[in-house]
Amino acid sequence: MGETLAEKILSLKSGKKVSTGEIVLANLDFIMAQDGTAPLVIKAFNEMGGERVFDSSKIAFVIDHSAPSPNEGVSSLHKMMRDFAQKYGIILYEVGEGVCHQLLPEKGHVVPGDLVIGADSHTCTYGALGAFATGLGSTDLAAALISGKMWFKVPETFELILKGKLPRGVYSKDLALFLIGKITADGATYKSIEFKGGAIKELSVEARFTLSNMAVEMGAKVGLIAPDEETLTWVNKHSRKKSNPLFSDDDALYEKSFEFNVSYLEPQVAKPHQVDNVIPIGEVEGTEISQAFLGTCTNGRLEDLEIAAQIMKGRKVKSGVRFIIAPASREIFLTAIKKGLIEVLVEAGGVVVTPGCGCCVGTHNGIPSDGENIISSANRNFKGRMGNPNAFIYLASPATVAASAIEGKIADPRKYLEKRLD
Amino acid sequence: MVLKGKVHKFNIDDLNTDYIISGRYKFKTIDMKELSQHLMEDLDESFYQKIKPGDFIVAGKNFGCGSSREQAPLVIKFAGISAVLAKSFARIFFRNAINTGLPVIECDTDQIENGDEIEVNLEEGQVKNITKNLILSIKPLPQMMIKILNDGGLVEHFKKYKGFKID
Ligand code: SF4
Repeated sequence: MGETLAEKILSLKSGKKVSTGEIVLANLDFIMAQDGTAPLVIKAFNEMGGERVFDSSKIAFVIDHSAPSPNEGVSSLHKMMRDFAQKYGIILYEVGEGVCHQLLPEKGHVVPGDLVIGADSHTCTYGALGAFATGLGSTDLAAALISGKMWFKVPETFELILKGKLPRGVYSKDLALFLIGKITADGATYKSIEFKGGAIKELSVEARFTLSNMAVEMGAKVGLIAPDEETLTWVNKHSRKKSNPLFSDDDALYEKSFEFNVSYLEPQVAKPHQVDNVIPIGEVEGTEISQAFLGTCTNGRLEDLEIAAQIMKGRKVKSGVRFIIAPASREIFLTAIKKGLIEVLVEAGGVVVTPGCGCCVGTHNGIPSDGENIISSANRNFKGRMGNPNAFIYLASPATVAASAIEGKIADPRKYLEKRLD
Repeated sequence: MVLKGKVHKFNIDDLNTDYIISGRYKFKTIDMKELSQHLMEDLDESFYQKIKPGDFIVAGKNFGCGSSREQAPLVIKFAGISAVLAKSFARIFFRNAINTGLPVIECDTDQIENGDEIEVNLEEGQVKNITKNLILSIKPLPQMMIKILNDGGLVEHFKKYKGFKID
């Protein structure tokens, strides 16, 4: 019987033919922890009696969640990471380099066929390159730093076949939200997802990251997209590592298959406080907002800033609304400056903060006040997520975020795009 | 291992890690005793005061979804909770709980109410609802997880075997 993409990669990395449900020990290609999880990694590493790391070139710590540090407690945890990185010679991405999930692919640490773990739930982002990448906790990470290995239960796979082509003004974020609404927040728990079909082929690699990033919002372990020409071109531009593109077999066994035609999809919004509370934009249009946030590992990439700038050009952020922008990395920030995108966004009234997680996780950089509505390009709208349990977070695409910032209420971005192109 | 105590029931599904311990606290310190005072604060402000050592947290499906923060199972453990019972768990939370030595039990939690007295027998794989005089069966853990839990968590497992011991 054929193998799914998840089985293919786990077979390769564990050195034997694996099958669903089996527990395997596999060799890791890269390991990552960020400033919310690395301190506990270090603690567990020391408790385990760790003396060395298995390969310092395959481990990175990223300071992105509260960067720059907003208080002395965080500062001392950052210092702990710096000291560890120096002592063991691992890679350290400092304050301002960007969000971990942007940096790992951008800096060339992940290529197709890799097995990657990160102490962050959105590690599944790199599935977009055809890498088996998944989030784990700090103690697992510590064990991996020492041994270079991790145990996995080989997951069953859901096949999501996406046909058609996304219409104008509708993006991979809308598709991700739509799918989460259909599959639900725990519908794919423990499963591997394979995103397939013509609609996926049409997406840029950047847009594919958005989709894989949100696989965990359906409970999935990984969200895989088979590599194609587009992927390999992107990867070769960013990495010197050798790619090992793997594909699921034609006779692979899927636990479930879903098929959707995306050609008539509308912009989608996830209402507070659940990511699967998804509706087409028409049903929330007009809801007043106090803050709009563009950024995160989901939608802080160049393409996202371009879309927002296209909508904002020559327009202004509604008075009384904060429009916060966090480019996902320094490289993206620099390119956006060179392309004039930052000028457009700032001229419109936007506020640019340090490349990194920004206000996504409520540590600093734009904590809402009680009763406020926020429109955000992030991946989670849980109560308290942005630092205030009495605020209400709506998730949407960068285009919808920009259009809403202009109107001060949730707005359909299509009218702005259509006007401009006529 | 037999655990006995009172139930604190959260009658919701998808009880996420931001509820368990909000991001606004967890980045500041790794002192779990201090963090544990904020356990479930956004759901019930005085929750920490209500816990007696050995009590249980009981909830619906997909418990612990959201972030990979290991602070989530740790603060539950440090608050004195002996185990969490839910209809299902999010996968990273599930792994983290076992790795840090917090038993997580999948069973039909509709049969358990707030304030019930229950007894959990992990070896026999059953939950006894003493208040309601009911026996509930537990979904068994994968072998590897039982081993890690019996060793007292992944740190102890690793110390004992100098690596992962599978089979
Ligand atoms: S941007 Fe948000 S979701 Fe992404 S890694 Fe940072 S905190 Fe997590």
